[in-house]
Amino acid sequence: MSVQVLLPGALADLAGGARHVDVELDGAGGVTLQSVLDAVAVDHPRLARRIRDETGAVRRFVNVYVDGEDVRFDQGLATVVRDGTVVQVLPSVAGG
Amino acid sequence: MTDLLAIGTRKGLWLARSDDDRRTWSLDGPHLLGQEVAAVSVDTRRPAPRLLAGIQYGHWGPTVMWSDDLGGSWHETDHGAIRFPEGSDAALARVWQLRPDTPDRPDVVWAGCEPHSLWRSTDGGCSFSLVSGLWDHPHRPTWEPGGGGGAVHTVLPDPASSRVTVAMSTGGVYVSEDGGESWAPRNRGISAVFLPEPAPEYGQCVHKVAVDASGPDRMYAQNHFGVFRTDDGGANWTSIAGGLPADFGFPVVASPRTPGTAWVVPLVADMHRVPPEGRLRVHRTRDAGETWTELGDGLPDGVWTAVVRDAFCADEHDPTGIYLGTRDGCVYASADEGDAFTLVADHLPDVLAVRAVRLP
Repeated sequence: MSVQVLLPGALADLAGGARHVDVELDGAGGVTLQSVLDAVAVDHPRLARRIRDETGAVRRFVNVYVDGEDVRFDQGLATVVRDGTVVQVLPSVAGG
Repeated sequence: MTDLLAIGTRKGLWLARSDDDRRTWSLDGPHLLGQEVAAVSVDTRRPAPRLLAGIQYGHWGPTVMWSDDLGGSWHETDHGAIRFPEGSDAALARVWQLRPDTPDRPDVVWAGCEPHSLWRSTDGGCSFSLVSGLWDHPHRPTWEPGGGGGAVHTVLPDPASSRVTVAMSTGGVYVSEDGGESWAPRNRGISAVFLPEPAPEYGQCVHKVAVDASGPDRMYAQNHFGVFRTDDGGANWTSIAGGLPADFGFPVVASPRTPGTAWVVPLVADMHRVPPEGRLRVHRTRDAGETWTELGDGLPDGVWTAVVRDAFCADEHDPTGIYLGTRDGCVYASADEGDAFTLVADHLPDVLAVRAVRLP
């Protein structure tokens, strides 16, 4: 199955300048978001640790959407991702 | 001969240079724009000086970066220089201190971090290992975070032995005599007015500790209320706050050359944390804290800001230069041990850390 992970401009340099990373995974019935992000980490470890800390948790001011839904209000990293799904990473509104 | 002053701020790093024995400075930056640089160090033990920066990528988390060309290019390891091991159930929140060890240990760099943890690098600061002796200390679950977070913010390796001293807010002073394997609190005499027990074994909110030029047994501590000195490696501390206009402050700096000489920046506290009467002043002792002299030539009045714990440092020259940065983005330098200051920079973001070296 194929999943596209969209990235904000601030992270594009860590994906070779691209605004997305395409991930190929086994799992006809879908996989978890955690598996998708683990797969991103294989080829893009610096990108991956901008999104999650070393415990595997999504960073506090990073939001991840699966087909437009914030996973914090769904199943978090256990949210199911199916073939063709778009995963989007966005920084939250924070800072000063 | 060039003197370099590294200035870490809440939104990047600036480098000031002086080619006239610290009389005038030119400013280069920003480097790492948008990234908080809470810890900075210049490691001059290497053939090319290495800038080390403990950074916070805004939304994207903390790490350590380094530059071997004075900020021309920056590097980081793929998986992060500081990374809690699996099973620790902890994640790095902030790098508070980067401390190169002595020339005799040329690749050793220490890092103090939040949550309360000490790290040691043997590759010049590219990657670090958790010092498990402190992390596994039975006191650790009861170390509380101060307002800025719970962190090891001061690391003092003794160049002549295996002693390592750390200080943390809160937690207090802990010392290892075996290079970090085992640790014991050394806070006797340091008060903790925010705890029901006024003189606990540990739990003090030590803001900064500095080692006197006479040797590692004499140290100074600027506390959350109280300025103290030890003459026995931290076993006993006595107040040296008499003569200061306030006993609160964040940094303390000791002369690397002259025994008994140290500087503090008193603040009115607990709630205000501003210079007394809005006058930014450094106070210097020449007698290990028995007496203090106010120094203000070149420092402004009408200042309602603070100098945080690592935004104050000394260089290693004769006479000693001292440097301070404020939370309103001003940096001042003195080439004569504080007798007079000049403005190095203003309108920067909040200054969090300064370090000065003479480039080889």
